Amino acid sequence: MTRATGPIALALLLALAGPLGAAPAPPGDARAYDTPDDQGGSITVEWRLSPDDAGTRLAGYEVHRAAGDTGRFQPVGQVPRGNTAYNDGEAADGIDYRYRVAAVDADGAASAPAEAGPARAREQWFKAGKANVLVATALFVAMVLVFLERARRGRLFIRRLAGLDAVEEAVGRATEMGRPILYCLGIGLLDYISTLAALNILGQVARKTAEYGTPLVVPTCEPIVHTVAREVVKESYAAKGRPDLFSDDMVYFVTSDQMGYAAALSGIMARERPATNLFMGYYAAEALVLAESGAATGAIQIAGTDQITQLPFFITACDFTLMGEELYAASAYLSQEPLLVGTIKAQDFGKVLIILLVAVGSLAALAFRSDVFSGWFGIK
Amino acid sequence: MTTNPWVWLAAILTLCIYTYLYKDNPFYKFAEHLFTGLAVGFTIALTWHNAVQPLIIQGIFRAHDWVLLVPLGLGLLFLARFVPKVGYLMLIPIAISLGASSGIGLPRSLEAHIVKQMQGTLLTPAMLQHPFDPYNGLVVGLLVLAGVVCTISYFFFSREHTGALRVSSRIGIWFVMIGFGASFGYTVMARLSLFISRMQFLMTDWIHIIK
Repeated sequence: MTRATGPIALALLLALAGPLGAAPAPPGDARAYDTPDDQGGSITVEWRLSPDDAGTRLAGYEVHRAAGDTGRFQPVGQVPRGNTAYNDGEAADGIDYRYRVAAVDADGAASAPAEAGPARAREQWFKAGKANVLVATALFVAMVLVFLERARRGRLFIRRLAGLDAVEEAVGRATEMGRPILYCLGIGLLDYISTLAALNILGQVARKTAEYGTPLVVPTCEPIVHTVAREVVKESYAAKGRPDLFSDDMVYFVTSDQMGYAAALSGIMARERPATNLFMGYYAAEALVLAESGAATGAIQIAGTDQITQLPFFITACDFTLMGEELYAASAYLSQEPLLVGTIKAQDFGKVLIILLVAVGSLAALAFRSDVFSGWFGIK
Repeated sequence: MTTNPWVWLAAILTLCIYTYLYKDNPFYKFAEHLFTGLAVGFTIALTWHNAVQPLIIQGIFRAHDWVLLVPLGLGLLFLARFVPKVGYLMLIPIAISLGASSGIGLPRSLEAHIVKQMQGTLLTPAMLQHPFDPYNGLVVGLLVLAGVVCTISYFFFSREHTGALRVSSRIGIWFVMIGFGASFGYTVMARLSLFISRMQFLMTDWIHIIK
């Protein structure tokens, strides 16, 4: 290097190194506010991207927080570049916090901070974004009450399902053959709607078996469901004036393990060879094992579940299948209990409402190119 | 072949269960009873470690968390069924459990099964921009809308399926069956992979045919 080129090269180097070593441009318009629709303890900080965010130089943004007017700023978190918000989930309710957001480059150089706040976290009692669910719930409950009242005053019409005729035939067939009816309640807990519907249907089936003197076998998978099932069967036999035909062995607990239950029921079906197998309630992977084992014994099989993933197996391996809501409707139809009938009627009303809303909303959205309807349903 | 006795036990029990494919037999019966018994034992052990130990022994007796006495008391009421005179007390925990879960479950269910489904069904102005888009186009949107309306009409119980309702419900059941067909194929594939995994265990871990 000659004496003349030395300072020039140094100047060039400094000229290049100058901008690289400078702090990045700060983010803009920072603001902090209480995170909406939460249970408190959270403040959201938002800002506008730093002009340097577009390149690859920036690593991200660092957020600092200070409590009150005089508190010292402490780092609370950082987010990668491209982000314009940070959720401070460790804010205490009722305290004013101030925030500083700085852009930080890969070397750790920070920009001048953008200041936000003060903001105070607090819990909200009502989640505004779920207003549509509240309206739907209120409407449904109102409809149930209206139809419940109407069902109490007189019998409401529910169309008969093909699977229900089959239940009666199946009981008759078992009686003629002198073989038992196996009623399986699935693996659901007592609070599953399908389990409740299955218990209702069990009550009606037990009435028929009590009437005809047909043996009934109810192996259960869940202790609480077992307790209720036993009471339901006992009550049905008493209601038909045949408490002498009821025995505690009719309803027995097997195991609460899903596949253990399936293995045990397969064995029961192979050994006791029931004339009719009824699979009602909540089912998962054991559905096909049960339905196939039953089909191999030549029994009439009727299934009913609201589990969409298991319905194809029941449809394939059973003679009749009550699909989804048909299970609930069957339980209402058989029992004619005003509460159940009223619920089915309310659901039907709801279906009409859904069709109308979807049709009118879609037409309006297309005709007026408006997002009002879709926006109300939370479509972004 | 392996010399690990646990692998031998697992392999023999697997084969015992598979003998059911021929017919019910003493081997299957043995495996079935063993499985069922173990499952009950496992559940008892699980309940002890997940509920009795941390909540009753630890929570009530050691940490004196007296609030836990409420669920314990409710749980004990289930035992009332063994005393006929007070057997009705068993209905209290059942009623509380049902009421609470229905109350919590109703809005959640409405959101997941109604509002979300309506979100997916509604046509939006954005669909007009690319009508033939296979994911968010108008044509697909109309097909979904027709499918949903017809399927709902199949599950309408307040009228007999006659006239227009008969037509729409017939179309609806076609949509349902096509959906079930796809679901069936998908699940059969999943079950096959379970079977393959069991075969792999026998061939690899047990008899070492596959290395």
